[in-house]
Amino acid sequence: MLDRRQVYLDNSAVTRLDERVLEAMKPYFFDKYAVATSEFAYSQGIEAREILDGAREALAAALGAASGELIFTSGSTESSNIALKGVALALGNSKGKHIIVSKIEDFPVLHSARALEKQGFRVTYLDVDSDGFVNLDKLRDSITNETILVSIQHANQEIGTIQDIASIGRICGEKGTLFHTDATHTFTRVPLDVRRIPVDLITVSAHTIHGPKGIGALYVRQGTRIAKWVDGGFQEFDLRAGLENIPGAVGFAKAVELVTPEETKRLQSMRDRIIDRILAEIPDTTLNGHRWKRLPQNANISFHFIEGESITLHLDMHGFAVSTGSACFSRSLEGSHVIFGIGGDHERAHGSIRFTFGRYNTMEDVDAVVQTLAEVVPELRNISPLGKRNKE
Amino acid sequence: MRFPYSETVLEHFRHPHNVGKIDNPDGKAMEGSPACGDMVAVYINVDPKTNTLSDIKFESYGCASNIATGSIITELAKGKTLDEAKKITWKEASDALGGLPKIKAHCSVLAIEGLRSAIENYEERHGLVKEKKPTTVEVVRKRLKKVMNPMAGLDLVRTNLVRDIEVKDGAVRVVVDLPPDHQFAAAIKEEITEKIEPLWDVKEVAVEFMA
Repeated sequence: MLDRRQVYLDNSAVTRLDERVLEAMKPYFFDKYAVATSEFAYSQGIEAREILDGAREALAAALGAASGELIFTSGSTESSNIALKGVALALGNSKGKHIIVSKIEDFPVLHSARALEKQGFRVTYLDVDSDGFVNLDKLRDSITNETILVSIQHANQEIGTIQDIASIGRICGEKGTLFHTDATHTFTRVPLDVRRIPVDLITVSAHTIHGPKGIGALYVRQGTRIAKWVDGGFQEFDLRAGLENIPGAVGFAKAVELVTPEETKRLQSMRDRIIDRILAEIPDTTLNGHRWKRLPQNANISFHFIEGESITLHLDMHGFAVSTGSACFSRSLEGSHVIFGIGGDHERAHGSIRFTFGRYNTMEDVDAVVQTLAEVVPELRNISPLGKRNKE
Repeated sequence: MRFPYSETVLEHFRHPHNVGKIDNPDGKAMEGSPACGDMVAVYINVDPKTNTLSDIKFESYGCASNIATGSIITELAKGKTLDEAKKITWKEASDALGGLPKIKAHCSVLAIEGLRSAIENYEERHGLVKEKKPTTVEVVRKRLKKVMNPMAGLDLVRTNLVRDIEVKDGAVRVVVDLPPDHQFAAAIKEEITEKIEPLWDVKEVAVEFMA
């Protein structure tokens, strides 16, 4: 409307597909479209099986895992559903019916926990501190003999805070309970190696790293008891039946291959620049989440006295796509449970804006969005009764 | 590009009319709260000879539909008599804006209520209230319809959160069907008290939650 240039700064929602990923996937739609068969079937099927296993091995290796420990899913939502409900179904009747999650988990974990609560499971929703960290002593105290699973995210989807999952994993190991972590936003960007960090289940997805939509994976440590998720054939180690998404798996593996430490560093420098510039140049702003222990691609800032949907609409009209924790932006009309979780009030939740960077963003994008914010925020504050009330 | 609002809404959002505050206004009102995500303040000056709105300004903390509705109702109301202005409906404002999304009704209805309340405020302050009706359960219920249920984006009454209302010797007791430690309990309590307390014959307001 005002500006034709489109700058996408919502890379934690989804990322643009990398052309090289598409090129890697293409053959498996046209020339090599056969279903992965057993090793005793026809050659096209055997080749498909090898391709799938190759992708599986590459992805498992990115986590320091063996290829037999990784099952493909339709994405992170499904992976987290399998982790929570699969463990609950496998251990609920033998070991116990208690599950622990943090209050600021993303919806796949949070709503799976709520669904299990309706099935008679007891769920502890752990508080987090003002940066979003789970208190390790509280976690230790919450684990009982009945606890079958602790599910705490690697990093938060909105405020980016990275949990100390090494310590969390150790505590779970000492207490003899399984540990699942949702690594949707950290996978390949923040180190996570299952040989060093005691995690039993990990949710990962291709959509956050310029891979295709509709493919994710769940790491399941060798020997972990988990119930079959989808009935049908014997695919995915007899845990999730259904025709394998071979182009997706190949694309996922390619996407992982394309992420480099240099790129992650570049994203981090964009993150640092937007945080530093906004906090310095726009008054009455608060950073949400920890300043350093946060996702390299994530900045989340509350603009006080104004409402997030108004900010996002102004930015949209200038060509910038960002998201907000405001109730008005969401389908549910609820403010961000994450901002409330870190002790923020309604105004901080409604005025929070998340900027997430990806491969196709540049430092010019950062400077352009800060420039636009410097114009738009005072305009909205000029209209707001809150801003003036606080100035008087 | 594809925006979630009509061109007229976007125009009023980008360049809202009659924004600001009137110093020592003849009437003023504030509707909504940060808890429900939207707030509108309306300030009016009245020409006592013609009983018309000689000036009107608004301030908004809210989303685009809230800001645009504030802008359009000040345009619609300016110069009208108090009785005419009180009759402006959400539908008229919405039509003048080329339509508003249904889900945003509660954000925009605040501006209409802000205008009516500012006029009532003027009438109360200038002894123009024709009859002082005693506060009844029905009067309280009507006021509770202006308190939002932040979970649903609709008011407390429509979302069945009001379990009980009692009115006795100037004491009003409202029982809300939420646990006392609910995320929104404190905000809802504050809003209910704000809406009921100004009634002329109310001495105290008690808001209780279900255990």
